[in-house]
Amino acid sequence: MSSTAIEVKTKRGIWGGGKEPLKASYGKLMMWFFLLSDIFTFTAFLVTYGAIRFSYPAYSGESADFVSSNEYWPIPEMIFDAFPFIHGIHLPLVFVALMTFILIMSSVTMVLAVEAGERRDRNDVVKWLLWTILGGITFLSCQAWEWTHFIHGTEDGTSLTYINSLNQLVTETVYGANMYVNQYGPASFAQLFFFITGFHGFHVTIGVALLFMAFYEAAVGVYERRGHYEMVEKIGLYWHFVDLVWVFVFTFFYLI
Amino acid sequence: MSMHENKDTIGVLPPNKEKIKRIWRVAGILLFLTLVEFVFAFTMGRGWLLYSIFVVLTLIKASYIMLEFMHLKYEQKGLFWSIYLPLIFLVWLIVALLKEGSEIFLMRW
Repeated sequence: MSSTAIEVKTKRGIWGGGKEPLKASYGKLMMWFFLLSDIFTFTAFLVTYGAIRFSYPAYSGESADFVSSNEYWPIPEMIFDAFPFIHGIHLPLVFVALMTFILIMSSVTMVLAVEAGERRDRNDVVKWLLWTILGGITFLSCQAWEWTHFIHGTEDGTSLTYINSLNQLVTETVYGANMYVNQYGPASFAQLFFFITGFHGFHVTIGVALLFMAFYEAAVGVYERRGHYEMVEKIGLYWHFVDLVWVFVFTFFYLI
Repeated sequence: MSMHENKDTIGVLPPNKEKIKRIWRVAGILLFLTLVEFVFAFTMGRGWLLYSIFVVLTLIKASYIMLEFMHLKYEQKGLFWSIYLPLIFLVWLIVALLKEGSEIFLMRW
């Protein structure tokens, strides 16, 4: 982290051997390769979703007549139709679309922070980083609400016949979701929801922590003394990646 | 990313108007495409046509984020391809696992 006055005067990005492979600094290149490995992880998650979904029958009737059952895979837009503070009104996907909007906007403010960093404008960097942190926290809060609603379920629940955690075949009304059973569809539907959006939310949480660090260091002038705002760029790459993943989650989990 | 020589006196450069304008244009495209997806989800019948539209729009959005926001378009070609080419392996993973899923479906039902 600490850099001496001598380093400030050298060209940024030169590696230990005196060369600059691929015209990128060490940190940026490694961030890219880390993100590449993370792309594989998230693809594995989403492809698993696809494979498991294809192994279940699809709901064959009209969307409007959809009734939840663990016999077939649910239609996501009929499941995710709630909005905070508005009770009992069918608003399919509106809340998820709002979350997508928030995350894309926070990605935009991040890019503006990186742009400000390139011209070493401390005030602008701090301003845009603060907006990005705000966007990230808002997104996480939305996800917390979404999870709470998903876990608690609707008022009526769904009557299901399933094998419970004590290995008994039971028929009862199920409310909400857990890892064994859920009122929306087959057990793996809720399991995949928790794993995929949870792993993404975990990434967002780490991103917010990193943004806080960058915000603090930019505000107290660490990067100004260092002579460059490369840390903002690297965290920016990570943050855009989080947005990138959400674009895919939005399509493959919520829309299709 | 063009590398800046660090000068002894660290001055603040004026905002790059053109670059900022491009950022907002890309933002507009991303939000518009999301809106299109959202509208299509309710105006079109579910089926392979709709799913193909979703996949295409998602890939367009993903490339805008990677090429513009993550700046990959302006990196060295070597870096660009070393990120891009490994993604080809994913195509096989997707094809293989979706096939696997439908085979399990046939076994089960």
